[in-house]
Amino acid sequence: MSNVVPLKTPPALAVKDLTTGLRIRGAWHEAVRGVSFEVAPRETVALVGESGCGKSLTAMSVMGLLPAKVGKILTGSVTVDGREMVGLAERELESLRGNLVSMIFQEPMTSLNPVLPVGFQIAETLRRHRGLDGAAARAEVLRLMNRVQIPAAARRIDDYPHQFSGGMRQRVMIAMAVACRPKVLLADEPTTALDVTIQAQVLNLLAELQAEDGMAVLFITHNLGVVASIAQRVVVMYGGDVVETAQVEDFFARPSHPYSAALLSSVPRADRRPEALEPIPGQVPTLLQMPAGCRFQSRCPQVMARCVERPPLVPVGGRADHRMRCWLGVPAGAEGEGA
Amino acid sequence: MPGLSPGMTVSFNDDRERTIAHMLRFVALRLVMALPTLWAVLSLVFVLVRIVPGDPALVILGDQATEEALVALRHRMGLDVPLWDQYLQFMGQVLRGDLGQSMVRNRPVWGEVATVLPYTLELTFLGIFLGVVMGLPLGVLAAQHRGGWIDAVARWTSLLGLSFPAFISGILMLLLLAVELPWFPVIGNAPFNNPPAHLRALVLPALNLGFIMVAYVARVTRSGMLASLSEDYIRTARAKGVTARLVVWRHALRNALIPVVTVVGLYFGILIGNSVLTEIVFNRPGLGKLIVGALNDRDYTMLQGLMVIYALVVVVANLATDLAYGAVDPRIRVR
Amino acid sequence: MTVAAVSAPKGIAGRALGNRSLMAGLVILALIILLAVLAPWISPFDPNDQDPVLSLGAPNAEHWFGTDFFGRDVLSRVIWGARVSLFVGAVSTAISMLVGGTIGIVSGYLGGRFDQTVMAVMDVLLSFPQLIMGLIIVALLGANLGDLILAIAITAVPPFARVARGPTLSLKERDFVEACRALGFSNGRIMLVHILPNVLDDLIVMGSLWLATAIRTEASLSFIGLGLPPPTATWGSIIREGFENLLDAPWLAVFPSLAVLVVMLALNMIGDGLRDATDPKAAVS
Repeated sequence: MSNVVPLKTPPALAVKDLTTGLRIRGAWHEAVRGVSFEVAPRETVALVGESGCGKSLTAMSVMGLLPAKVGKILTGSVTVDGREMVGLAERELESLRGNLVSMIFQEPMTSLNPVLPVGFQIAETLRRHRGLDGAAARAEVLRLMNRVQIPAAARRIDDYPHQFSGGMRQRVMIAMAVACRPKVLLADEPTTALDVTIQAQVLNLLAELQAEDGMAVLFITHNLGVVASIAQRVVVMYGGDVVETAQVEDFFARPSHPYSAALLSSVPRADRRPEALEPIPGQVPTLLQMPAGCRFQSRCPQVMARCVERPPLVPVGGRADHRMRCWLGVPAGAEGEGA
Repeated sequence: MPGLSPGMTVSFNDDRERTIAHMLRFVALRLVMALPTLWAVLSLVFVLVRIVPGDPALVILGDQATEEALVALRHRMGLDVPLWDQYLQFMGQVLRGDLGQSMVRNRPVWGEVATVLPYTLELTFLGIFLGVVMGLPLGVLAAQHRGGWIDAVARWTSLLGLSFPAFISGILMLLLLAVELPWFPVIGNAPFNNPPAHLRALVLPALNLGFIMVAYVARVTRSGMLASLSEDYIRTARAKGVTARLVVWRHALRNALIPVVTVVGLYFGILIGNSVLTEIVFNRPGLGKLIVGALNDRDYTMLQGLMVIYALVVVVANLATDLAYGAVDPRIRVR
Repeated sequence: MTVAAVSAPKGIAGRALGNRSLMAGLVILALIILLAVLAPWISPFDPNDQDPVLSLGAPNAEHWFGTDFFGRDVLSRVIWGARVSLFVGAVSTAISMLVGGTIGIVSGYLGGRFDQTVMAVMDVLLSFPQLIMGLIIVALLGANLGDLILAIAITAVPPFARVARGPTLSLKERDFVEACRALGFSNGRIMLVHILPNVLDDLIVMGSLWLATAIRTEASLSFIGLGLPPPTATWGSIIREGFENLLDAPWLAVFPSLAVLVVMLALNMIGDGLRDATDPKAAVS
């Protein structure tokens, strides 16, 4: 059975049964296991979860940027615009990164090279993938800097990263990422390190660029407020598993997996009284201590005997586009099937 | 810088002019800041030469000297006026570029220095050049293949280079490459007007200095590269599809150069000491042989002059280091 | 990032290697010190016994390292030379550690104008190439054992002062030092009891590396001809005598050179190992 919600347009990014291993003390551990989701052109999907849940690792797997010798894709497939990324040689991956699929990161302060001018760093993408050089590259860099609304771009093109504020640096990062009009943009908590007002500007900018170029955006965040304002669909991860996927409205209206419910009631919301806030007890177990079966069982308020077996991903409320990985969704007596 | 496309920098001429004006101001500022140091070092030279136990005139002329000869010599050396006047006189002379007369050779100190200075300069510059040219790639490759055989080579090269006293490595090189295998001349000295012989004589001494410097450069480059390769901007560069080669040699190395400049600057003092030993082992003319000669002859004016020269060299080297910082690290340049 | 947290398997291997080199260095150094201490019993000949018949003899079963121009046994001279070279190196390093460390701690602790002046003086001393400084001081003071040690010690005072001053500056701002001051402890006691132990690690690492420099400086000065007067054997002077006969009897210079090299290697291995062991940053990366 397919874990994937059927979409009308062919997906720009399709991740299927992705399992990524990390080597810890000589042994491989599944840090992302059997993750599947799709992102259509112009769509924004939010990948949500606590730190350590495998969401960044999923993005790094898509980019082929897993740390050598310590991380590798064990099974599964990643296709970007119909092209299989898993198993490509490093050289081929290089020619696709920044071209077909781009990524922006959380730390604008450290993600730019401090000893190279920003214009040069943006031009690098164009030179690499578009063969632009000299004056042509410079003109295109200027256009991009204007496009991401960096004031006085012509004067600042040869400035260095330390001369820019955090928000401006993130704009430089975005200009770099969209320079070659990629089909897919992975945004790994791009606004987490920014002030709230700057956050909104950067989100708006991303939305504009997406509307213009028709990129698919995979937005990784733990901020549910951001999810509500930009995403059409949500994929929730816990301990390397996808535990729930839903349309964003459904997710906020009927969070079904106990983890999603806990996640939602742990964030302040304007429509609830602050007393209703409930922190999730305990911490995400480390990879070495992950329980067998459902990985959330150690913190789940509704844990039951069946949880020692891995639950299947099942539809919620009979809807194909809302699924969760929990025994609560499996009618009693139907244990045998599904997994 | 090789990494930068010419189109990026050449197309904006006023930017270039701005940068040059900036650099000139930077140099001027650093020169002004170096003045107190220079003054202090000169004073130290003055004091050091004056605290010699005993009467320099007596030391030079020996016990048999007549009183008249001693008085005459003291007068010639300017030792018969109060210390304060001697100090002012010394400073005045140095400011005018006058280093006095050599007591023993009866020639101006500056002339003696000027004759051999080119030998020492070519030796040290070639030594630095060889050290950097061999040490940088070794350090980069060691960091890139951490734990591999080239890392082991780099580790042992560094350990040996740091351990070898310059005169011992010089002697062993001399024995191996000039005596056992007669590839190079035993004496590292040939006149400038015979370029092939001159260069051949320069190779071994310069290699000797370079070998020790490789140790320092490779070690710092390696640790600098390991640090910069794990930085976020490396991930960014890879995420935009920059090739592995450019990620290492452009993005990581440019950042790793910053500590390398520090080390080359700090190494300069060691380099000068090593050049003295190298000049003795290879019997090359140069400041090293001059200073040892002056020490053996108790030629105090020569010694004083040489110390002034060394002080100047160190101040210039520090200035060069500061400028190099500006070249590799834009965060310093603009401040 | 999740990935960075788990990607340190290399660290263990690296540290083991560091500690292995520390152990190897210590063993080699201990053996050489033992040889030096036992010189009167194990040295095969009197280091100063001359025998013109044996002038410039090649290594043989009786004289393993050969004999020098005066027919003296080179192996015996190298063993006896180790005593002088190691002694000069160790004592001068100890002196500069003590004096430099004290200057650094006091200057950093008192701060203000005093600190500025002291550090300016140190910078001026530091701006002279170390060997040149040593040359000049020895030439001025003369070349007996005490003055030689003093000359080498002086050149190392500024670096030790800097190493001790750095941590002192940050330590004195810490709460416990403030508390001690509030309780009325004397400055001397605070420096001795609370600051010194925290600075000691850095001083010891620096000391092990500087011991190599000091031994090297002594050897260099002796090689130049400014060391202890003959017939005292030191490694530098033995090498110098060998160097004068390099073409006729290369072994005279080679064997003592190797002895110096082995000690330098051992000390650098110890220094590296100590640094890896005490520097948490080096241990992690």
